[in-house]
Amino acid sequence: MPERTIHASGFAGRGDDIYAALLKAHEGLTEAESHALNARLVLLMANRIGDADTVSDLLKTARSYAE
Amino acid sequence: MTAYAYTEQPFVRPPELDGGKTEAPVAIVGAGPIGLAMAIDLAQRGVASVLFDDNNVVSVGSRAICWAKRTLEIFDRLGVGERMLEKGVTWKVGRNFHGTEQVYAFDLLPEDGHKYPAFVNLQQYYVEDYLLDRAREFPDLIDIRFLSKVTDHEDRGEGVRVTVETPEGPYTLDADYMLACDGANSPTRTRMGLDFSGQTFEERFLICDIEMEESPFGDRDTPERWFWFDPPFHPGKSALLHKQPDNIYRIDLQLDTGADPEAEGTEDRVLPRIRAIVGDKPFRIDWLSVYRFRCMMLERFVHGRVIFAGDSAHVVSPFGARGGNGGIQDVDNLGWKLAAVVTGEAPRALIDSYDEERRHGAEENILNSARATGFMTPKSPIEALFRSETLRMAHDQPFARELINSGRLSRPCSLAGFPLQTDSASGQVRPGTAIIDAPVGDTWLISLVQGALTLVGFGGVRLPDVEGVRRIGIAQRTDDYPCFGDMEGYALGRYGMGKAYLFRPDGHVAAVFATPTAAGVAAARDRALGRKPVLTEAV
Ligand SMILES: Cc1cc2nc3c(=O)[nH]c(=O)nc-3n(C[C@H](O)[C@H](O)[C@H](O)COP(=O)(O)OP(=O)(O)OC[C@H]3O[C@@H](n4cnc5c(N)ncnc54)[C@H](O)[C@@H]3O)c2cc1C
Repeated sequence: MPERTIHASGFAGRGDDIYAALLKAHEGLTEAESHALNARLVLLMANRIGDADTVSDLLKTARSYAE
Repeated sequence: MTAYAYTEQPFVRPPELDGGKTEAPVAIVGAGPIGLAMAIDLAQRGVASVLFDDNNVVSVGSRAICWAKRTLEIFDRLGVGERMLEKGVTWKVGRNFHGTEQVYAFDLLPEDGHKYPAFVNLQQYYVEDYLLDRAREFPDLIDIRFLSKVTDHEDRGEGVRVTVETPEGPYTLDADYMLACDGANSPTRTRMGLDFSGQTFEERFLICDIEMEESPFGDRDTPERWFWFDPPFHPGKSALLHKQPDNIYRIDLQLDTGADPEAEGTEDRVLPRIRAIVGDKPFRIDWLSVYRFRCMMLERFVHGRVIFAGDSAHVVSPFGARGGNGGIQDVDNLGWKLAAVVTGEAPRALIDSYDEERRHGAEENILNSARATGFMTPKSPIEALFRSETLRMAHDQPFARELINSGRLSRPCSLAGFPLQTDSASGQVRPGTAIIDAPVGDTWLISLVQGALTLVGFGGVRLPDVEGVRRIGIAQRTDDYPCFGDMEGYALGRYGMGKAYLFRPDGHVAAVFATPTAAGVAAARDRALGRKPVLTEAV
């Protein structure tokens, strides 16, 4: 098993709203535009998290599914 | 091609060719900035060296232009800092543009109270000429031999035998230590078969110095560092502009991957590229070269009696100006240690601390240089995407500006946590940190402190008399040692009130004391000199 952190839910019951908002943000975009949006979103979220260790833990977890 | 008036240095027939001998503990291979500075540092400590160079002129073409504050402070100690400051172009602001719009600006020294500015731009040939002039002031201690190529060496355990080829024949010379300051393609490194590994960047860069009366910076001739991502005059690539003395400007242009270096280095190809930047203002190309950059270092800098310093030990891409500036920090670190070992003041182990401390410095420089070059030359579509979105957002998002990397400029390396430093939580400035300058009396802290182990008391702290340790008081009064005022409060502001700092001869903080006792200072001194802890009878 690749190394990953198991994350409990932090959505406070608003998970469906957040997921829908995520999809809505991509509506009508080409694939390239969607990729660009995701890149901006990742950068914005990384900045909002701020802490380098937390970001790297999230990256490790995301990456683990590609291994 | 450059208009600089090079002086051809003469070949002087050495005694070895006529059966004579030279007594010098240190042989230095290479009279680039690092070898020259090394010889001066040793000479200032009374240690003699023979300095070999295969050439007979200083740096052909400009190469290094940006000299960092820390380097200037070291050069101040070596006697060329003020001359560099006077001739060089002082700057501290960098601006990054995306397209035509400025997206980020940084000020590298936003405060007063320092003898030297954040940066001085000065062509490498001037720097080497100043160092050479200075080296000539020690005719008894520095034996400079031009047109003398080191072709072989043999580490004989007790010393090194160096083989030299000259226009008038070959000879050998014996020294206790050999310093390989023979540059990025170090023949010493090759001869020893040492692994030099790291990263090579595929992209080529055109580096061009142009001379022009009118300024390419526009109406105001701005001594700043201007960097463009995707400018209209060089679409899809990056560009860098710097001002140098003598109306010379440095332009770096990123070329296409796979660009043909020969073709790109011709005036036919370069002139239109420069015209695209400067318009129809008249200019002359002073020097140009096409480079592919590497970030590489040796696994170890000390190999028995052979010691590597400067580009022979580590090379970086120039974005961040960490090459020559890193090498001068090698000199600063090695000079006092080697002198202390050669004169028997410290054990040989002190030289190993050079290896450890400066490998750390080189790793830091490589990390920063490689990241900057990587940001400029994305290696995959996703890297390109992250970069372009960062640049897009940087127009109005402050957080994204911080991610733009056009080079993180050379900063003094911290040696915190290494064994020569005595750990202590008591001061504002941590052990390992390089000296922070301040105006004191009618001079500067760097001038008072650098060069020898020095204990400095800030405010009302009394300094004990300890053998081999110089004492200086700031904002205090005593007849026991020299004291200097802190009229503007910079020194106390930077170091804190009522603290004593022990500085190493290279100006790094070795220890901090709230109450300095003779025993405590002596222990920190021994530690800084790499001596085994001396057991006292009481133990
Ligand atoms: C385009 C460019 C821009 C740069 N910009 C900057 C900058 O802005 N700031 C900065 O700090 N650094 C910069 N650098 C890096 C800087 O130029 C080098 O780090 C610096 O020259 C290293 O000095 P050195 O003495 O170690 O080596 P070198 O300058 O290469 O000197 C080595 C010397 O050894 C001699 N030699 C070699 N083999 C032998 C032999 N067998 N026998 C005798 N002599 C020998 C050579 O002739 C030469 O004189 C830049 C480099 C380049 C290429």
